[in-house]
Amino acid sequence: MVLQHYIESKTKAASLAVFRFLFGLIMAVSIVRFWYNGWIEDLYLLPRFHFHYTGFEFINVPGQWLYLIFVICFLAAIGVSVGWKYRMSIILFFLSFTYIELLDKTTYLNHYYFVSVVSFLMIFLPAHVSYSVDALRNEAIRSEYIPQWTVDIIKLMLAIVYIYAGFAKLTYDWMYNAMPLAIWLPTKFDVPLIGSLMHERWIHYAFSWGGAIYDLSIVFLLLWSRTRILAFALVVIFHVLTRMLFPIGMFPYIMIAGTMIFFSASFHERFMDYIVKYLPVDVDIFKNRISYGNNRFSKIVTYILIGFMMFQLLFPLRHFLLTDNVYWTEQGYRFSWRVMLMEKTGYTNFKIVNGETKKRFYVQNEDFLTPQQQKQMSTQADFILEYGQFLGGHFSSQGHEHIEVYVESYVSLNGRPNQPYIDPEVNLMDVTYRELCQDHIVKLNE
Amino acid sequence: MKSIISLSLIVSVILLTVISCGDDEQAIEIITDKFDRQEMLIDWADLIIIPAYEAYNSSLTTLVDKKNVFITASTDDNLESLRAAYIDAYKSWQRVSMFDIGKAEEIKLRNYTNIFPTDIEAINHNISSQVYNLDLPSNYDAQGFPAIDYLLYGIADKDADINVALSKSKTLEYLSELITKLHRQSDEVLSDWKSTYRATFINNSGASATASVDKMVNDYIFYYEKFFRAGKVGIPAGVFSGSPIADAVEAPYSNIYTKELFFVAFNAVQDFYAGRSFDGNTQGESLQSYLNYMQEQNNTTDISTKISDQWTIAASAADLLSESFQDQVNTDNILMLNTYDQLQKTIILLKVDMLQALNIQVDFVDADGD
Repeated sequence: MVLQHYIESKTKAASLAVFRFLFGLIMAVSIVRFWYNGWIEDLYLLPRFHFHYTGFEFINVPGQWLYLIFVICFLAAIGVSVGWKYRMSIILFFLSFTYIELLDKTTYLNHYYFVSVVSFLMIFLPAHVSYSVDALRNEAIRSEYIPQWTVDIIKLMLAIVYIYAGFAKLTYDWMYNAMPLAIWLPTKFDVPLIGSLMHERWIHYAFSWGGAIYDLSIVFLLLWSRTRILAFALVVIFHVLTRMLFPIGMFPYIMIAGTMIFFSASFHERFMDYIVKYLPVDVDIFKNRISYGNNRFSKIVTYILIGFMMFQLLFPLRHFLLTDNVYWTEQGYRFSWRVMLMEKTGYTNFKIVNGETKKRFYVQNEDFLTPQQQKQMSTQADFILEYGQFLGGHFSSQGHEHIEVYVESYVSLNGRPNQPYIDPEVNLMDVTYRELCQDHIVKLNE
Repeated sequence: MKSIISLSLIVSVILLTVISCGDDEQAIEIITDKFDRQEMLIDWADLIIIPAYEAYNSSLTTLVDKKNVFITASTDDNLESLRAAYIDAYKSWQRVSMFDIGKAEEIKLRNYTNIFPTDIEAINHNISSQVYNLDLPSNYDAQGFPAIDYLLYGIADKDADINVALSKSKTLEYLSELITKLHRQSDEVLSDWKSTYRATFINNSGASATASVDKMVNDYIFYYEKFFRAGKVGIPAGVFSGSPIADAVEAPYSNIYTKELFFVAFNAVQDFYAGRSFDGNTQGESLQSYLNYMQEQNNTTDISTKISDQWTIAASAADLLSESFQDQVNTDNILMLNTYDQLQKTIILLKVDMLQALNIQVDFVDADGD
């Protein structure tokens, strides 16, 4: 049986060790960077209102305790990196990181979601059985070999990210209009070396098509050993370029480090040997010829992993069931590896009306939201609804009566002229998100 | 294998170097796109901003003179020429208010100059106690043009009694202090533009969020939305409160100048957008020409004319208003609301379409994207 044979095939434990080491390290740096930039304060502690994810409304900013959670997250990342009490570290990291992300969906980024997804997977993988503090101390887990599939599952996750991101680019705007790159690139004229080309129309197309081809093909180029070095060079060039042009934080480093998992097991072993060389540790103790066998994985873990990967394959496709224009309504937009696909600018004006006297007044959004929250809110229906209902509650508690909340909203998508977004006649206090999307988002006029 | 390790090391080094270059706000050699942003900044500075500040400053010099004349001889004639100089300076102010950048931003010029409605109680308290600090934010609304408007036109119920009330030594002293402070601050801002800030302004011609163009556009839209649209029309018309607030108009004590002040500000807004020079004789590079260029670049629809067309509509709505917005609010607020609605429509064009076409972030936030 081919499948049986595959499941029993093994590879060096060093492959996951490299991934664990770099992932933990980059995460630790990310946390420090986030703190250092003052974002804990700016993004979580200062705003008086936060946007919740459906189903996670109970998660709220815990005040100054948030700093403690960042400390825990940081220490857990270090624990993951060096493989110290690995299982506990990775669980703590997954929980604390995901908790922080759930505090406010204003800060949603695909690469934060990627971090949560990967750290969840890593809970179940034997990433600590070699080149780790745990393996050094505990002979019972110390193994030179691990099942091949435990490495491949990470590759599969990376493949999902890239390939879904590639398919998401195959749209009219991206391929035929070079949008939104045609909006973004002309103002990048002060980037070193290539700045003077950024206003050229052909560059916009080259970047758009190149990006789509890259996303769709890079995994296959990485899988094939003969193109691997070329592919890795492309990975570096692609991510460096995007880092130069756009404010995308740690994402390039995560992806560059992540794709190293496609290298051969012997490369990974040399890589780890090279690092351990500088430590007072005898590398040879990890080369004990012992395999970490499949019998160490319980049935439940197998089901969790299979279920999780099925979910990863299907969940990004949910927009087909929800909407005919995922870019306009954004139903099913998040958690689907849609990266850099649109430039959306919006303007919203909330009107509070007394349903009996018909007296009305407008809200100044900056009284309640930070600039970043306003920006996100003004282009996304779920944000508009949650905020509108919050306003209704707020003004009720101030003694206003018979409150109705209406929004005048205009959105421009990828260079189109602004268009009305939400039906200005719908009282936001009366609708659910589903009703809002089905009946009250004005159709995009192409 | 060694080669892959060294390859990845080399690559990481290159990566780090390039990225740290990328983070540098100012590359030494300034590269521009085909539209010359620096040219636009130079035109803004030399054709519009600096001439407007010069005019404002000289109108304040006159105001100081007339004030001194009135202090020496508090005749009705001298009061009239003081009032005329005040209106003149107030009108000149409307042409610089939007330039909240550089020294003006640093010293919070607008907050000390034109926060209304003014706080009569605070003014009277300051006058009688003679203990006050005009530099405190709590005194923003007890100084500047709105306070002078009250002193020159509203300090007594009947116009005939104003001269007497104003000529009391403590009151005169306060008025004098307010006018001198306006002049001092305007001097400060103008000389900063003329000595060092012009160079700073025009050399910061990049495309980062802190570059002059991005900052100026943000300031401009902020002014248009908050101080022009809301301050002069929306708030008195009751747009944000549910019922009209007639006392919240600009210059309510002199009463008859609100429309005139509004139109000076409106023209200033449109002139800046179109790049019309302060003296009206030339046209430089502007948001309008920049928009036209960018629309050609990224193939988006024509919005630069939509913006000016919408302003023409708004202007004809405002034409119907009475000289006194206070009277207008009290007699027929619908016309005020209508003017507001027309001004509001341009906000959407500016904040949505223009910012997207120019790829300028409103209220830039320092955070990651993806």
